[in-house]
Parts: sequence; structure tokens; C-alpha cells
Amino acid sequence: MTPLIWLVIAPLLGALAVLVVPARRMPAVALGAAAATLGAALALAAQVAGLGPRTVLLGGWTPPLGIVLKADGLGTAFAVMAALVMSGVALAARHELAPDKAGARAAYGFWPLMLLVWAALNTVFVSRDLFNLYVGLELLSLAAVALVALAGSREALAAAMRYLLFALTGSLLYLAGVVLTYSAHGTLDMAMLLARVPATGDGVALGLMTAGLMAKTALFPFHVWLPPAHAAAPAPASAMLSALVPKASLVILLRVWFEAMPDAAGDAALLVMAGLGAVAVIWGGVQALVQRKIKLVIAYSTVAQLGYFIIAFPLTGGDSAVKPWSAGAWTGMVFLALSHGLAKSAMFLVAGIWYSACGAQELRDLKGLARALPMSAFAFALAAVTLAGLPPSGGFTGKYLMMQAAFVAGLWPFALVMVAGGLLAAAYLYRPLAALFAKDEAISCAPVSRVRQAVPLALAAAAIILGVLSAEPFSFIKIGKPDAAVEGL
Amino acid sequence: MNGLDILALSASALVGLGIYGLLAARHLLRRVLAFNLVGSGLFLWFGAAGARGGVGVDPIPQALIITGIVVALAASALGVALVVAHARLSGPTLPEEAPCDPEPDNRA
Amino acid sequence: MNAFLPVLILMTSLLPAGVIFFIPQASHTLRNTINIGAAVAKLALVAWMLLAVAGGASYESVLPLAPGLVLLLRVDALALLFISLSATLWLLTTIYAIFYLGNKAELSRFFGFFSLCVAATTGLALSGSLISFFLFFELLTLSTWPLVAHKQDQASLAAARQYLMFALPASASLLWAIIWLESYTGPVLFTDPPDLSGIEPWKLRTIFALFIAGVGAKAALVPLHGWLPSAMAAPAPVSALLHAVAVVKAGAFGVVRVVFDVFGASDMQALGVDVPLALLASFTILWGSWRALDQGEVKKRLAFSTVSQVSYIVLGAALAGPLAMVGALAHLVHQGLMKITLFFCAGIYDERAGVKKIEGLNGLGQAMPWTSVCFSLGALGMIGLPPLAGFVSKVYLGLGAIEVGAPWVVAVLIASTLLNAAYFLPLVYRLWFLPLGEGVEVSAQAESGAIGLIAPAVVTAAASLGVGLLAASAVSPLGWASLIVARGYLE
Repeated sequence: MTPLIWLVIAPLLGALAVLVVPARRMPAVALGAAAATLGAALALAAQVAGLGPRTVLLGGWTPPLGIVLKADGLGTAFAVMAALVMSGVALAARHELAPDKAGARAAYGFWPLMLLVWAALNTVFVSRDLFNLYVGLELLSLAAVALVALAGSREALAAAMRYLLFALTGSLLYLAGVVLTYSAHGTLDMAMLLARVPATGDGVALGLMTAGLMAKTALFPFHVWLPPAHAAAPAPASAMLSALVPKASLVILLRVWFEAMPDAAGDAALLVMAGLGAVAVIWGGVQALVQRKIKLVIAYSTVAQLGYFIIAFPLTGGDSAVKPWSAGAWTGMVFLALSHGLAKSAMFLVAGIWYSACGAQELRDLKGLARALPMSAFAFALAAVTLAGLPPSGGFTGKYLMMQAAFVAGLWPFALVMVAGGLLAAAYLYRPLAALFAKDEAISCAPVSRVRQAVPLALAAAAIILGVLSAEPFSFIKIGKPDAAVEGL
Repeated sequence: MNGLDILALSASALVGLGIYGLLAARHLLRRVLAFNLVGSGLFLWFGAAGARGGVGVDPIPQALIITGIVVALAASALGVALVVAHARLSGPTLPEEAPCDPEPDNRA
Repeated sequence: MNAFLPVLILMTSLLPAGVIFFIPQASHTLRNTINIGAAVAKLALVAWMLLAVAGGASYESVLPLAPGLVLLLRVDALALLFISLSATLWLLTTIYAIFYLGNKAELSRFFGFFSLCVAATTGLALSGSLISFFLFFELLTLSTWPLVAHKQDQASLAAARQYLMFALPASASLLWAIIWLESYTGPVLFTDPPDLSGIEPWKLRTIFALFIAGVGAKAALVPLHGWLPSAMAAPAPVSALLHAVAVVKAGAFGVVRVVFDVFGASDMQALGVDVPLALLASFTILWGSWRALDQGEVKKRLAFSTVSQVSYIVLGAALAGPLAMVGALAHLVHQGLMKITLFFCAGIYDERAGVKKIEGLNGLGQAMPWTSVCFSLGALGMIGLPPLAGFVSKVYLGLGAIEVGAPWVVAVLIASTLLNAAYFLPLVYRLWFLPLGEGVEVSAQAESGAIGLIAPAVVTAAASLGVGLLAASAVSPLGWASLIVARGYLE
């Protein structure tokens, strides 16, 4: 079978397998499944890079009856990023969710849920059928909500409940859009929708789907569930919740707008969306600046970072025929999303190490940790460079491409927002960094193995490497890039 | 009024009721039920969409609806489980506003 | 090979940085060997390239990133001027730092960031495109922060924080300017200045102002100079590096690049932004000197002196005539040599005699003759006493000002010289002509065993005398500056 199939099946089989083996064997089996999925993702990337987009017709049926899985540059890049993050999460969870530390319930529940999240993510990354995407998204939301509730505390349950309500509302909105689309066009396949005869209800359908997806992505103003949920989960779970889960709905949003109905996009709607994104960048940044708990700082930073992605929507196209260097809004956003995933997971994993080894939860507890755990502090600093969009990280590449596009499209206020967001990020990340660097002799930490500290460092370094060697990833992402991403919406 | 109109009207009624419930109900269990109402309305509408054109019935919506119902069932089960778990921790009073109160004091 | 050399020269400081971080604190020999070995290797490489470039060669490495992001490293005459300065002073400062820090805490972290800082400066000098310049400019900001905060006490952390509060908004301004400009012209390469004809003048003026604000914060142009005096909280070798080679110089170098390789002298004059820049630089020169007058701490006085002196370079760039340009480029090197001498000496006074305030300098000439001779040479050079280095730069700046028809600049130079004398001469006077203060005990052996600290100061002091004496020769900084101007800016 092809890597494309394994990408979806390996984590799913793993999720089932961990349930039937004895509890003490769960991490080993899960790591095996993780290795298989990582291998599948890398093999798929090699195939896509060499041969172009890969397609599988499920059961041999063609659309509209059957369902198509298609791996293009965008989906595969996200799948590879997810595989790296998930492997890191699995390695970290082996320590942090050991039964003697996290309790038997969390230790038991984490592994199947993690693999389910992964399977759902990969399904979303390679699906082109609106309903198949719905199923993937639901599976993702349910597993994610369960992960939030894993800690079992009152706050965790409350955060999970709030998350569930937002997620369900989002699902219903999205589903309503899907139903509208089907009743108008009789198909849910994106390639066929692109070639459809536009109908009057298309705008409404697109609006409903967008609203639903925004709620699931925690885009402003639907972000209120995210910080408590991400802060309540165990750190390895927060890492994937923050780094990966919003990316799934983001990818669907991208696909719906650019691959299914680019013609239904109105200028006003695009500007409203991007405006919301701009507010998210500023609001999330300001909120991150006033938090006391390190995990909440990181979580609000996710709210801010998600805003950048949606700003990119009106920036595509523009004058790109005359100014080829400016055609990068879409690709820049993907760059930003990929490096955010790597850096954000590194941050949460580091926060997990600090909490479990040193009991540090608040910013002021971080004093002196740079000396006690230098590798993890360095990982945090590298991740901060990416999130603040400083060169030479992938975050910088993404922001640079988007800002360039903003100027050429004549929408420079969005570039201003991006610059302001970068400064805000530098400011809110400076607080933990300064605390880390301060002197404190009294700090006492349990020993942390080098491997465990190396995992977040590797993830944070990957985000930097994405910027230093951006030429290769750039051309990879462009494989199978939709026309609308070049011409603009 | 033909059969399709009846389906469409009932679907709209269900969705409307559900949305009202989602917005008005404070009790979490009621909200989970309201979610189910909206979902059912959408499925009904989807099924009606399959009968467009009058000649035969499009089977795809039916297949999708079944999948959708399974998903909704799982979501409801998870919701109810969370409500129960939360109620156990919070004592005998049912969780009214609790999960939606603003984040506990976490500002500097 | 030609494509490989610029990368190699960057790697001579980037690779050691990567290695040094992981050396255990106690492995002094290993760390020092790598430090000095890398610095010597770099100096040798630079010397070799100096010969080649003087003969007309140029080296270039390109790493294309995403569209618009061209990472271009290029060795030209201007780059080499800056690199030779940084390579020479890096070696000396490394020796000084090894002896200065001795066995203090966190040496590997210090020298790791130290090398990274030099790598950033090297990259900055080699940058052949605006975006590579920005990349290394940021790397410089980030790698300097841990150096300023190195002592990890309240004062250092506050200084480091203030540094970022100036540096990061300035970077944002620079990035804004770059992207705005490039949205019209495409990627800007220094070898091929962009065609600005199609852009409205008010936009160009704004872009120019954003550029100057971006690089000006590092060059400590008033009113963006506030971070520099507080950064004195850092250890002496860091101050020396900051003031002579790395941060401040990077800003001044940036001004030169922006004026000549992005806008071009004629466009700058056509836009009418040259006079405001010259006025700003003049104001900075006078204001820095004025503030230096009432500083009671030696290092603070030196810091305000830097604010003033670095703006000579900006002034020369703003005047944009050939002679002024020669003066500015020569001053880039001259100021580095003199100021690093002064900071080396200030560090020795502090470390060996516990002297921080200027009153403490009284009578130290007897007890610490080597240090005091070096310090005096540096101070007199700063004032512009012939035949020291500062004199040469000032003469060229003055002649250049008259050449381009801006005689008022001469008045600024004279006023600044008087102020320089007013705040430096008392220090020299105290060293040599006042008796030791009441109850001050400085052992006669204050300088013995400090050879590692004194030798670098002696070398730089001798150099600042030498570059003045030998200014007429082709191998002097002045000769090289004339070569740069003749090659690039004399059309």
C-alpha cells in the first residue's frame, strides 16, 4: 500500500493496538505506531517531491460517489510537521505521563487519544471531500476535548466542556454549509466544486463553513475557549493542541476558500476576516503580556499567531505578474503555520519540563532556570525567535513574504499589524526569558535527562532551519498549489 | 404543500429550536440536547436535499447522514460524560454557569 | 573557491560559537585555544583577502531563499575595511577578555555569545543585499543581549532590557523600510543600486527616515542613544566590543550602506534629506560631548563620547562628498582603535585599582604607567591632536565639508573638538599632574601580572598613533578609505 494510505491508517491502528496491550506496554506500542507514521509521512514527502501530488481513490470509486485522498505540497508539509511534533510529544509523554507521575487514568487515556488526534489530522490534511473533512474534524475535536479533560481536575473539566460547546457549534455551522453546498451542486468533492456553475447560495454556504471553521481554529472572536483549554491539559497534550489541532481547521479553511470556491470570495468578506485576524494578533499579544502563568502566556500567543494566518487571505494575488517576488502571501502563511507548529510545541514541552522537574508554573518561578536547565532554556529562546518573527527563522520568512505581499496588494496596514504583532511577541516572550536569565541560587530541580531536553530543542531548531534553508520547503509547498493562491481571491 | 416542504419546514423548526436552546439554556445537559436538535434538523434537511429533482432518491446524503448521526452520538456521549464528571467534582448541584465563568484570576 | 571564501570567513566565528557553548566551564585551555585559534585564523584570512582585493579581486556567495530573500555575502573594499577592523580587534578583545574574566562564572556562555556577536558583525560587513544585512543586524541584536546581561544582576538586566527596547522597535522600522522599498524595486543588492525614479518623493523620504531610525538606534543617534550609557553595566570587554567594533559600528556602517548603496549620494541630495541627516549628526556630536562633560564615572563619560564620535561617520556620509566620505570611513577604523584603547584601560583601572569615578584617576599615572600612557594616547587622539588618528579624520571631514559647500560643519567640528578637550583633558591631567587622593592605596604592583590586559591596550594605542603617522601610506585606513571612495563613489 502507498505511504498516503499508511499515513492515515498507521496511527488509527496504533490507537486500537494500545488499547488491547497491557498498560505498561502502551508507550512502546505507541512509539512504534509513531515511528511508522513518521516513516509514512517522510516517504510520502519524498514521493510528492519527486512525482508531484499523489492521489488515492478510496475503494476505487471516483467522485462524486467515491472519496479521493490527495497529497499535495501543502497537505504533505503539514503532515511532516505534524509527524515531527507528534514524535516529539510521544517521547516527552513517555516521561511526563508515566502512571506514577500523571496518575493511572491520564497515563492510560493519553496514548490512544494522541494517536486518534494524529489520525484525524492526517485525514484532514489529505482529504478533498467536504464531508470527509467534517468527519476528520469531528474526530479531531472529540479526541482533543478528551485530552483537555485528561487531567481530571475541576478546571480541566470546565475548560473541556467549554471547548466542546464551541467545537460543536463550529461543527454545526460547518455542517450547515456543507448541506447547503450539496443541495445546490450535488457534490462535495473540491475539484468538482471548483468547476461548478456558481449558485446564489454559495456565499451563504461559504460563510457558514468559514464561521464554523473559525470557531474550531479559535480565531478571534471565537478564541475564548482556547487559553483555559490549552493551559489545563498536560504539557505534551497542550503541545499538540496548540501546535497542531488549530492547523487542521486552518487547512480546511484554506482549501475551501482557495480550492473549492475561490470565486465566491467577496472583497468585503475577505477584509472583514483579515480585520478579525488583525484584532486577534493585537488582542492575543496584549493578553499574553499580562498573564502570570507561563502556559497561559504560550496559549495566548497561539491566539495571536492564529490571527496572522487569516490576514493572509486578502493578500494573495495582487501585482504578482509584474513583481514575482511578491507572490508569496499564501506560501508565507503556510511557512508561518509550519514554523509556529514546531516552535509552539517546543515551548509547551519546555514548560512541561519546568513544571514537572522544578514545579515552575508562574513566570516568577522561572528565575534561575537558565542555569539549572540550560538546554531547555535555550530551546525556549529559539522558539521565541521564531514566534517573534525574527530572522533567520521560518517565522521571519513567512512574515516577510506576507508583508511584501501586503505592500504590493496596497494593504499595508496589515503589514503594520504584523510588525506590531512581532514587537508584542518580543515583549511577552521577553518576560519569561528575562526571568530565566535572572540569578537565583536557591533553585532546585529534579534531574532531567538530556534526551528529554533535546526533544524541544530539536523542534525549535527545526523551526529555525525552516527559515535558513527556506528555498527547498518553499518549492515543496508550491507542489499542487491552487491557482487561486497565485492569482488572488 | 408537498412532502419536501414539510421536511424543509420541520428541519427549520428543529434547527430554530436547537439554536434557541443553545443560546438560552444555561444547564449544560440542555445545551447538549440542543446541539442534538440542531444536528437532527440539519440531517433532515440534508435528507430532503437528496430527493431533489423528483426522479429517484440520491443515496449519498443517506450514507452521509448515517455517518453524521454516529459522529453526533459520540459527541453527545462525550458531552454528557463531561457533565457527569464535572457534577461529581462540584457536588450535588448541577453545573449551571460554572464552565462558562471567565478564566479564574490569572492576570498579573 | 571565490564563492566559498566569504562563507569561510563567516564560519571562522560562527562555528566556534556553536562549539564553545558546549565546553564545560573548567576546560579553560580548550576554550581559550578555540577562541584564539579562530580569531587568528580569521585575521590571517582577512589579511590574505586584503591583498587580493587590493589587486582588484572580489568574492561572492549567494544562497537563494524564498523569492525576494536573497542571502548574498560579498567581499568588497568597504566590507574589508570593516572586517579588518573587527578581526583585529576581536583577537585583541578576546585576549583581554580571557584575562579580564579569569575564572568568573559562565565563561562558555560568555564566549559563545561573544563569538556569535563577532559572527554577526562579520556577516553584516559581508552582506551584499539589504535582506542579508537585516538578518545579521538582528542576529547582532540577539547575540549582544546575553552579553550586556552577563552579570545577571539587577543593573545588567535592566540595561539589557533597555537595549532591546531601543533595538527591537528600530529593527521593526528597518524591516518596514526594507519591505516598503522592495515592494517597488524587488530585492535590493548593494552592487546594483535600485532604480528609484518611479517612486513618489515623499515616500522615498519616509523610507529614508525609517532606514535612518532603524540603523540610527544602533549608531546611538540622538534621540535613540539612551541605551548606550546604561549598557555600561556590562563587563569591560563587552563595552569595548560594543563601542569599537560591534553594535555602534554596525549602525554607522549601516548608515554608510543606506546612503551610498541603497539611495546613492545624488538621489539623497535630490530628495533633500542630506542636510537634515547632517544636522542630526551634528546635533548628536555636540549633545554627546555636552553630556559627557558632567559624567562622574569614567565609563559613562566614555559612553557619551562614543555617542558623539560615532556621529562623525554619519556626518561624513551625510555630506556625501569624496573627502568627507574618506574621513568618515577612516574614522570608522580610527574611532574603533582609540575607543577600544580607552575601554581596555578603563577596565584595567576598575579591575586593578578599583577605580570607577574620575576622581579615582588622580595620580594613577605613576602607579600604572603603561595603562595611563595608553589611556592618554587614546584621549588625546579623540580630541584630535596631531598626529594621532582622530586628527586625520577630523581634517578630512572638515575639508570634505568645505568641498561640498557646507562650511558650518567646520564650526561644528571646532566646537566638538573644544568639548572633547574639555571632557578628556581633565582625565589626563588627573592621571599625571594630581597627587593620589587622600587615603587611596594603589599598590606599586598594580600592573604586574596584568600583561594580558595591558598588551592589547598597548597594541591598540600604538595602532592609533601609527594610523595617524602613516596616514599617507596606501596601507593605512585612510589609504584604504581613499581606495574605497575612488572605486565606488567617485563617478
